[in-house]
Amino acid sequence: MNFDVLLSTFPVMVKGMLGIFIVTCVIILVMNLLNKFTGEKK
Amino acid sequence: MSELFSNVSNITWQQIVMWIIGAVLIYLAIKKDMEPSLLLPMGFGAILVNLPMSGAVTQIYDGVQEVGVIDVLFNSGIANELFPLLLFVGIGAMIDFGPLLSNPKLMIFGAAAQFGIFFTFSLAAAVGFDIKDAASIGIIGAADGPTSIFVANYFNSRYIGAIMVAAYSYMALVPLVQPPVIRLLTTKKERRIRMEYTQKSVSKTTKILFPIIITVITGIVSPRSVALIGFLMFGNLVRECGVLDSLSDTAQKVLANLITLFLGITIATKMQAGMFLTKETLMIISLGLIAFIFDTAGGVVFAKILNLFLKKGKKINPMIGAAGISAFPMSARVVHKMGLQEDNQNFLLMHSIGVNVSGQIASVIAGGMILNLLG
Repeated sequence: MNFDVLLSTFPVMVKGMLGIFIVTCVIILVMNLLNKFTGEKK
Repeated sequence: MSELFSNVSNITWQQIVMWIIGAVLIYLAIKKDMEPSLLLPMGFGAILVNLPMSGAVTQIYDGVQEVGVIDVLFNSGIANELFPLLLFVGIGAMIDFGPLLSNPKLMIFGAAAQFGIFFTFSLAAAVGFDIKDAASIGIIGAADGPTSIFVANYFNSRYIGAIMVAAYSYMALVPLVQPPVIRLLTTKKERRIRMEYTQKSVSKTTKILFPIIITVITGIVSPRSVALIGFLMFGNLVRECGVLDSLSDTAQKVLANLITLFLGITIATKMQAGMFLTKETLMIISLGLIAFIFDTAGGVVFAKILNLFLKKGKKINPMIGAAGISAFPMSARVVHKMGLQEDNQNFLLMHSIGVNVSGQIASVIAGGMILNLLG
């Protein structure tokens, strides 16, 4: 186990997870807007 | 007569081991019903390509190269990423995003449950795999065959055969892999948390606009994954538009079946003894299990963290976080079943289905992120 390599990959892990969360939050926001504007009227 | 059996002397012990592996895959597919549509063709393919001087794969006879049909299929269907993309059209046509659209915030668990991909990527790099092979191994945690093939092939990983065997085997083993991890990370009280479900109707316009908007957002953020998400969403648009029922039906059944039929046997070209029987294959199989475990843990722990900020009565059953992996619908069923085991009136199916469907999208986004960051 090479701990130097392990540490060097952490930025990719952080950026990747952060990227997924950001894109997901944008999608959730858009879905909420979509439901609001195109959802069935009660 | 001696010429008839001359090829027998070309049989190696490694090939015999591959026949046994092929037979085990076929056994698991037929007897244990483990992802039979993929494991059976892969198992048969493993035997086919490991026959001595097998004409199914490229060989050199008398100094002349003869291209094998499985290599032709690989170059025309997988090396150019065509098969996984076409399969995504079929998968997109099969998915009903209704449960997710009626409760969009569930999607956050799909994101959290991709943690295993990145954790395994780091671990694979630390144990000596090349950074791009490590990324290809990590993507086993996407629990999503086509995305795994797409990424591993994009990085030209020589371990694509082992990665596929691991990815599809663990997907079939979700009912065995997830429950112990969920139990380890949750208390009985947490597993008994009930979640209200109120049926919300989703308009047809929302369902039609959803695949288009998702494609645009993901495509802008992660252009390299736009083909993956685009084909998935194209299939879904065909399903939801309401005027292409015949095409939707074809995509769900004929197209998906046709691609699946050839996908497994084509992958087998990477299961030739020389490249498969290595210690790296065993490491990949182990790392794949770690990816699934940490995906599950990522979703569950994230739900537990959210619960710290939620009021009593609004708390989330942390088990639904585990459904954020893309293995659909096995993961949702596992969570639902575990909920019923703890409390026979605790119905988590609709929540877990919503999370599970979001895992389908999140795994593709994760694949795109990997390609963007390391491609």
